[in-house]
Amino acid sequence: MIIEAEPGLWRGAAIGISRVATMCLVELQKLRHDRSELLTRAVQPALWLVVFGNVFTRLHAIPTGNVAYLDFLAPGILAQSALFIAIFYGIQIIWERDAGVLAKLLVTPTPRVALVAAKAFAAGIRAVAQAVVVLVLALVMGVGLSANPLHWLGVIVALMLGSAFFCCLSITIAGVVLSRDRLMGIGQAITMPLFFASNALYPVALMPGWLQVINHVNPLSYEVDALRGLLIGTPARLLLDFGVLLVAAALMITGASALLPRLVRG
Amino acid sequence: MPHPAVRCVGLRQVFADTVAVDGLDLQVEPGEVFGLLGPNGAGKTTTIRLITTLLPAPPGAVEVLGLDVSSRKTSVRRLIGYLPQQLSADGTLTGRENVTLFARLYDVPRRERAAQVQAVLDSVDLVDVAERLAKTYSGGMLRRLELAQALVSAPRLLILDEPTVGLDPVARDAVWERIHEIRRATGMTVLVTTHAMQEADQHCDRIALMHRGRIRALGTPAELKGAIGPAATLDDVFRCHTGDTLADSERRGLRDVRAARRTAGRLG
Repeated sequence: MIIEAEPGLWRGAAIGISRVATMCLVELQKLRHDRSELLTRAVQPALWLVVFGNVFTRLHAIPTGNVAYLDFLAPGILAQSALFIAIFYGIQIIWERDAGVLAKLLVTPTPRVALVAAKAFAAGIRAVAQAVVVLVLALVMGVGLSANPLHWLGVIVALMLGSAFFCCLSITIAGVVLSRDRLMGIGQAITMPLFFASNALYPVALMPGWLQVINHVNPLSYEVDALRGLLIGTPARLLLDFGVLLVAAALMITGASALLPRLVRG
Repeated sequence: MPHPAVRCVGLRQVFADTVAVDGLDLQVEPGEVFGLLGPNGAGKTTTIRLITTLLPAPPGAVEVLGLDVSSRKTSVRRLIGYLPQQLSADGTLTGRENVTLFARLYDVPRRERAAQVQAVLDSVDLVDVAERLAKTYSGGMLRRLELAQALVSAPRLLILDEPTVGLDPVARDAVWERIHEIRRATGMTVLVTTHAMQEADQHCDRIALMHRGRIRALGTPAELKGAIGPAATLDDVFRCHTGDTLADSERRGLRDVRAARRTAGRLG
């Protein structure tokens, strides 16, 4: 019997990448079996774009400079759609705990942090798939989107990192509250404030001072800034945006991993 | 001399003010089917969670095939196949995708993966339905699918936590038949928890009866029954050592059946 030594840093990293790829593949398989979810989840972003976007574009109530309000809004709705998908992954992990799935996953030779990272980026894959639907809708509505493939690659990375952060935020909350009902309440209570306290709907300059402070510590704002810069070419601090998203996702993956044993015991 | 498949020495686990496992000494020999019996709350599942690394065990208290689970977690996990109590296959994936997922998670090499998945699906008689979504499977088929997930990495130790709860007698026999076939072919060790006495009597080489976190009796089914009397059943052994009755246990068992059905409903 040949028994491998405990994985070191590099072997651990290779296992982590393999697990992320596996979970992303599983997410794509699930989407392939049930595409209807992509359409049902597109209803809310479609309403924001079609109703809110059109009305406020005509009202000219929100000054967005040379950019049409609908164009300004589309990246914000894209980020919101990804946020709503990711934030409920905590509920999924509690379901997986109750159904024995989490225990089965944790008995595989997968480091906790790799399992959480895999879940986080699987949420990102679903968010990207959803983004395709929202972006097609935006194009149909006449939003002028960049045609540069590098920009689209950047959009995918920004969505993956943003979704990873919010997915792990919800897994972290799941690790604290341990109950699906409580997490659903908290999830609903934090998603809209996160959305409104970001630059998704209006420029930061229009916000009162206290909201600007919250905006600066809200990762959703950095995601929206990156998406807006890449998709419609508004001035963006891409290095800062991607740096914040990367660090925030890494910290939240670490935090969620630390709480995973508590979730299993609970 | 081969290492024991499982060795627990003075294992203890306390939750708040409840002692779930209280100084457990246990040795499971390689290649045997070992049954951990006891009423609900006896500490069986906690013991399994300590052996499978789901709960942290103190250093030196638990070894799997000679490896200390506190310091060799990843190595231990590579040797274990685990079937939890609940029906836990992913209903939104096909049978083949469910098994392939675990082949990937156990790092079955890419060039061997498809063949290994096919072989293990064949061994649990699910090849014909492998492309169907798991949510269309019956309870017995789901259990066999989960067995395939646990076996795809060719584990040296298969740990089954109440594997046949909620299954009808035909499905139960089918699951055990597959377990014995695979054990004969591979020589793996099987550690199973149950409170189904007849099942333990029929399928286990040795049995440990647990009650309130401790082993109360240990031996082959024949030895345990013989120690009570010439016409004794395992039910009598159970009653003698736990003060409980099978009727009580079966009532709990029926609760478990309902729980399993709820799980099947959730999957479907």
